[in-house]
Amino acid sequence: MYIRGILTVALINIIAATGLSVFTGFTGLFSLGHAAFMAIGAYTAAILTYFYKVPYYVALAAGTAASGAAAAVVGYPTLRTKLRGDYFAIATVGLGEAIRVILENLKITQGARGLPGITQYTTLPVAAALTVVVLFVARNFVVSVYGRNAVAVREDPVAAEMIGVRLLRTKMISLIFSGCCAGLAGGLYAHYLSFIQPVMFTMVQSTQLTAAVVCGGTGSLTGPALAAFLFVVLPELLRAAQMWRLVLYGLLLVLIMVFRPQGLMGFRDITFSTFLPAAGRGKGGAAHGIR
Amino acid sequence: MLQTVVTGLAIGGIYALMAVGYSLVFSILNFSNFAHGTVIMLGAYAGYFVLTLAKAPFPVAIVGSIISGAVIAVANEGLAYRPLRIRNAKPLYFMISAMGVSILLENLVYATIGAHFYSYPHVFEMENVVIGEASIGILDLFALVFSTVAILALHLFLQHTRSGIAIRACSYDMTVASIFGAKLDRVIGLVFLLAGGLAALSGVFLGMKYMVYPTMGWITNKAYVAAVIGGLGSLPGAVIGGVLLGLLETFVSTYISSTIRDVFSFSMLVIFLLVLPTGLLGRNVEEKI
Repeated sequence: MYIRGILTVALINIIAATGLSVFTGFTGLFSLGHAAFMAIGAYTAAILTYFYKVPYYVALAAGTAASGAAAAVVGYPTLRTKLRGDYFAIATVGLGEAIRVILENLKITQGARGLPGITQYTTLPVAAALTVVVLFVARNFVVSVYGRNAVAVREDPVAAEMIGVRLLRTKMISLIFSGCCAGLAGGLYAHYLSFIQPVMFTMVQSTQLTAAVVCGGTGSLTGPALAAFLFVVLPELLRAAQMWRLVLYGLLLVLIMVFRPQGLMGFRDITFSTFLPAAGRGKGGAAHGIR
Repeated sequence: MLQTVVTGLAIGGIYALMAVGYSLVFSILNFSNFAHGTVIMLGAYAGYFVLTLAKAPFPVAIVGSIISGAVIAVANEGLAYRPLRIRNAKPLYFMISAMGVSILLENLVYATIGAHFYSYPHVFEMENVVIGEASIGILDLFALVFSTVAILALHLFLQHTRSGIAIRACSYDMTVASIFGAKLDRVIGLVFLLAGGLAALSGVFLGMKYMVYPTMGWITNKAYVAAVIGGLGSLPGAVIGGVLLGLLETFVSTYISSTIRDVFSFSMLVIFLLVLPTGLLGRNVEEKI
């Protein structure tokens, strides 16, 4: 039971980190406010099943859509002004905190006390299946035209614009996709823990996601997934060490930044072609379905 | 009305003190030092322990706190930022490293000192000084005066000493400054020394006004907003931003509602970034090609 629980949480984190990886790793924009998108997904889905008795999967989809919509609303003004990399990150910090404070003061979210007793629908197989789906879609996205545009934007926005890549559009698609992933992860999370509270979605959570992407390797999908997995599992293995495990976590972040800034995987990826050389060709068709 | 202004100024003074530390680091290294809040927290603890365990008088506690804050900040720079600097890493790597440091130190405090809330012993009488129609606590007045003095001293230092000129030169262009003989490592060390000292000082004031606890460093999110409003990297900007934010927050919580105060501050941050990303007094932040 205990191990299943950890695995479920780890898979949920993989979903969120994969989404962020598309935005940060492949488009080169840093967000420190993705916990807010998780919060929106979690609260939308939870409120729907809790107060309105909406079926679980419909609620999950609604949470995903709500986060995607929030990403669009948030992304349009901030990405349009072409805020420099770290200023954009700062803006996302502000947005994340603002959304958290709003959740703490709304009536339907029951403020800082949170929503207890959400029915536990998320199981390990559900999380696993959705993780596979998200990874698959993300991989197709990355090898599609949109993904390649995104990489061009990451490498050199000016040059990308000159050859006809529409910067705002590319960044928006990437942000909305990653917002949707975060929302899905949030909805799964709420229905796994059966309790949500605004405090769960602070900047620390956002940082953990960004850190997973950076530590896993920007420009890789499996790296961040692996890092997100390790970030959940390692602290559990160290649970005996109590408070010290978070000390170690902080230390680990600094050490990775200092000694291996390209991340665990660098730009490499574990794909099907790693095992089956012929199967790893992306046609990019699936990417059309995710906008 | 006047009362609100006075209260706002007292809070704004502490925000300004914290924001100055942020801006100082930002002006040199161009990244947001999220570990600044942790130094504030540790400074508050240091002041508290000097005051209670060593039973030292208050001025000694302030000096002790400033020294420990400065030492921690310099050590932080040397261990967590210098290796990145040598490699010319992107600002975001610095930011994540700073996050790591702040998670590390915060939880180190949890693990060693514990999660208790400590309240400072009463150094000042709980009396109020009445100015016209408004009254201000002696503690607030002291904090306001002391913050002003500290910021003025910093300003004079930056304007009139050789090291101060070196810092200002480096904040414009590090490479050129180093060609002209500024020793980068020393200048950056000095910047962290100053920022750490100011952080610890504001930590002591915060601790005296509220309490000392491991997560108190998160209040610097506000100082951060102040620094952005004023223009990251600009010291006068940080002061103006701090005072402005203090006043606005006090007005919002007096006349509208104290619960939406934080929504208000963070929306300010976002609005400023969208409309005026350089802040009130900031320099141009166009992407370099």
